[in-house]
Amino acid sequence: MRRLTPYLLVLPSWMWLGVFLVVPMAAMASVSLQTGNAIDGYAMTFSVSTYGDALGRYSTQLARSLVYGGLATVLMLVIGYPAAYWIAFKGGRRKSMYLFLLLLPFFVSFVLRTISWNFLLSDNGILFGTLKDWGLLPADFHVLATAAAVVGGLTYNFLPFMILPIYVALERVDPRVVEAAQDLYATRAAAFRRVVLPLSLPGVFAGVLMTFVPATADPINAAILGGTSNTMIGNIIQTEYLTNLNYPTASALSFTLMAVLLVGIFGYARALGTENVLQAAAR
Amino acid sequence: MNSRPRLPRREAFKIAGLSAAGLALAACGVQGQKAAAPKPDAVKDFWSGQTKHGKVVFANWPEYMPEDQGPLKKFQQATGISYEYKEVIQENAEFFGKADPVLRAGQSLGYDIVVMTNGVHLQHMIELGYCVPLDHSRLPNFAANAGQKYKERVYDPGNTYTIPYTSGVTGIAYNTDHVKDDITSIQALFDPRYKGRVGMMADAQEIANFGMFALGIDPEKSTEDDWRKAGEKLKEQRDAGIVRKYYDQSYIDAVAKGDVWLTMAWSGDVFQRQLAGEPVRFVVPEEGGTIWTDNMLIPKGAANPVDALMLMDHLYQPAVAAELDEYIQFVTPVPAVQDLLREKAASAAGEDKKALEDMVDSPLMFPTEADYAKLRTYTTLSNTQLQIFNPIFQSITQA
Amino acid sequence: MRGVLGGGDRVVHGGRLGDRVLHAYTWLVILWLASPIAVMILFGFNDKQSKSNTTWQGFTLRWYAELLDISDLTVALRNSLVIAAVSTLVTVVVGTMLGLALGRHRFRGKGVTTFLVFAAISTPELVMGASLLSLFVSGNVPRDANTVIVAHVLFSLSFVVVTVRARVVGLDPSLEEAARDLGASAWGTFRQVTLPSIMPGVMAGAMLSFALSVDDYVVTSFVNGSTVTFPLWIVGAVKTGIPPQVNVMGTLIFGIGVLIAIGNAVAGRRRT
Repeated sequence: MRRLTPYLLVLPSWMWLGVFLVVPMAAMASVSLQTGNAIDGYAMTFSVSTYGDALGRYSTQLARSLVYGGLATVLMLVIGYPAAYWIAFKGGRRKSMYLFLLLLPFFVSFVLRTISWNFLLSDNGILFGTLKDWGLLPADFHVLATAAAVVGGLTYNFLPFMILPIYVALERVDPRVVEAAQDLYATRAAAFRRVVLPLSLPGVFAGVLMTFVPATADPINAAILGGTSNTMIGNIIQTEYLTNLNYPTASALSFTLMAVLLVGIFGYARALGTENVLQAAAR
Repeated sequence: MNSRPRLPRREAFKIAGLSAAGLALAACGVQGQKAAAPKPDAVKDFWSGQTKHGKVVFANWPEYMPEDQGPLKKFQQATGISYEYKEVIQENAEFFGKADPVLRAGQSLGYDIVVMTNGVHLQHMIELGYCVPLDHSRLPNFAANAGQKYKERVYDPGNTYTIPYTSGVTGIAYNTDHVKDDITSIQALFDPRYKGRVGMMADAQEIANFGMFALGIDPEKSTEDDWRKAGEKLKEQRDAGIVRKYYDQSYIDAVAKGDVWLTMAWSGDVFQRQLAGEPVRFVVPEEGGTIWTDNMLIPKGAANPVDALMLMDHLYQPAVAAELDEYIQFVTPVPAVQDLLREKAASAAGEDKKALEDMVDSPLMFPTEADYAKLRTYTTLSNTQLQIFNPIFQSITQA
Repeated sequence: MRGVLGGGDRVVHGGRLGDRVLHAYTWLVILWLASPIAVMILFGFNDKQSKSNTTWQGFTLRWYAELLDISDLTVALRNSLVIAAVSTLVTVVVGTMLGLALGRHRFRGKGVTTFLVFAAISTPELVMGASLLSLFVSGNVPRDANTVIVAHVLFSLSFVVVTVRARVVGLDPSLEEAARDLGASAWGTFRQVTLPSIMPGVMAGAMLSFALSVDDYVVTSFVNGSTVTFPLWIVGAVKTGIPPQVNVMGTLIFGIGVLIAIGNAVAGRRRT
């Protein structure tokens, strides 16, 4: 029975992912190799050139997305880790409350949040208008419609996805271990670096995974907060699919994006060394 | 699929096996569905057997029907047909993206009336045979009350498949706190004085029209050469740093707050902000403006086509159209509404009276003849032309 | 920054100041995340005259009284909450099981499973939505709240799995072995030993899953048929002006959440 346990645990997920992820994805992959258009229909031509064309046209946006996503992830890590640390070690009985409060704004539609940010960050609004009146900012300073706004928006929108997993990993660290480490290493900083940080790495990995990936693929922040040169690959995929009805190109771009992200993830996991990511389930 | 580095061989084979199976399954491809124009007999044939069923399902955009659903309730009282009203359409592109697989598979969307804006996706609906040709013998109110311009629409000659629900105008909106001149020309959008303060629309057809107007080209008669020229002009505008952003919808927030000073804009948006006292003004440029229309159509597979026709026709009674337009505040296809609202304003009082008068006098809701003369629809594009048209303008808005 | 005021009596003095700073910092982060909510709450009181709710025109409580006036909006909100609750429940159960398995068991196909979990996270929402729709259409499955739930479980699953796994990895199995040696059943062991120790991961996963579901737009827009959810309704209304009832609903959701959080903190006894 023991030997069966993992299979029983995994079975529902296998079924779910198998039916609802693998099959549709395979169909999409197949579409990416077809040629044609919405009116005349598509035919399977195993046309790999679609990938080449798509990459050629949109390499800028793809690269830009990786940069924005990467920047946002680093920011989220820097901003989120200390908060996760404090809640895990010092949150006491109120830990769940803090986590819940972190996520609460996200129960309220992203449209409202983004509109509100547009309001707060507008060139002459409450924040910048006041600063400009006080002469602290030049008159044509603006945050909206810049890359900074997009990266800021990404950081804002995915921050809880970084904080929660780090918290989850840190929370299982026994504070007495930390104290013992501090006795050993004589400074909190060293204790942190040598003991706490490594123990939190699975959480960091999870956090990076759950933020870098969706942030890179996100079209919404660029659409609402960006300017003329901040278009991301998510926007392109959306346009090719919905507006141009160019299903093969959209699928090709999606798979290319997924491939790049997955390569990045596995590379990162390997470098981190804490995840035996594809250790073929020890036979 | 791409291979992953350092993937244990067995896993790699497993993944490959799964993928191959999936690919084989899906290798059939997707059939084309191109439909020819319906012959008059086909129209008669379709409708000859149909009768009223007593029920109709109407899919529409949010905020396009008064909250109390007055027009629909009156319809029910008058005809005994019960209705279901669903605000399920948010975007043409997304709606088409959802409807396409369903209709392609020969299934029904579950709606009897659907509202879509004229443009690429409506065109695809028509070309793919997804729309039921209308029986105009059952649309007397439309024939009697629709404005002439709404009966002669380039994208659906003879109103074969669609009749208008409401229309809007794309012109220029500007913030009067920052722009002291009276704007009348489209060239204002290209003026280096407003560097970094101009908003343009992201939609290829919208921006293409304005590019063409700026060069004195009529979009309704344009050729590939014209599109390229328009593209050049827009590219210059972009390279000169004049454009702050290519907007989908949020230009109105931006111009009302002064983040941009001039922008391409839809009349209805500006009208609402004016009602709220915000410092925005709207103008249809001398060189031309765009008129777009949200249209009602009956999708293939609709369960209750006759009831749908009856509801569509009911909405063209002037009193009903007036009730609709008072709420929606865009441009109604029934000209008589203006007089009706004027009468209502005369007998109203206080705030209501002022609101109604503002509506009646506003060229944003009731464009003048002079305005109409300048207005053009989007360029009508065949599928092949679309493949050329879109990249020209998307390479500017999505660089 | 983190109590680098080390040396000497480090745990007590340097520690306390560092803690205070971190404490304040954490609250700053929470407030930053909530700042647009303040704007949203504010405009729920706006006495606006026209359809657009963007310029402050005076204070009123009228939208609170007229909260349920837009029946489609109310229905949409209800749909969102129900769908989120159901999908969170399913996701947490299925995802915890998978997270456990990935975190501490060995089995054949573990690599492929991990790959699939990562693939689910890296799928652009548009692609996921469109491909699910095609699947449902070819399977003749009607699109409604159920298909939305299926889709929500699909994309939330990976988040729960990864979060639970981060917790499970490195948990000392000896406690469970001890329990079993003492005669506890497999289920008993799970319930009394394993579950409590992974609970933070499970709760975090549940919260993430709920938030993901209640706020989802793209995937939902493909597979919802005619079941409108809260985010869908709002996006559709952007074109003509978002009514203040939306702000009020958001305010109430947020308010209730805050009350729950406070209540939880006051009543909480266990460390978790």
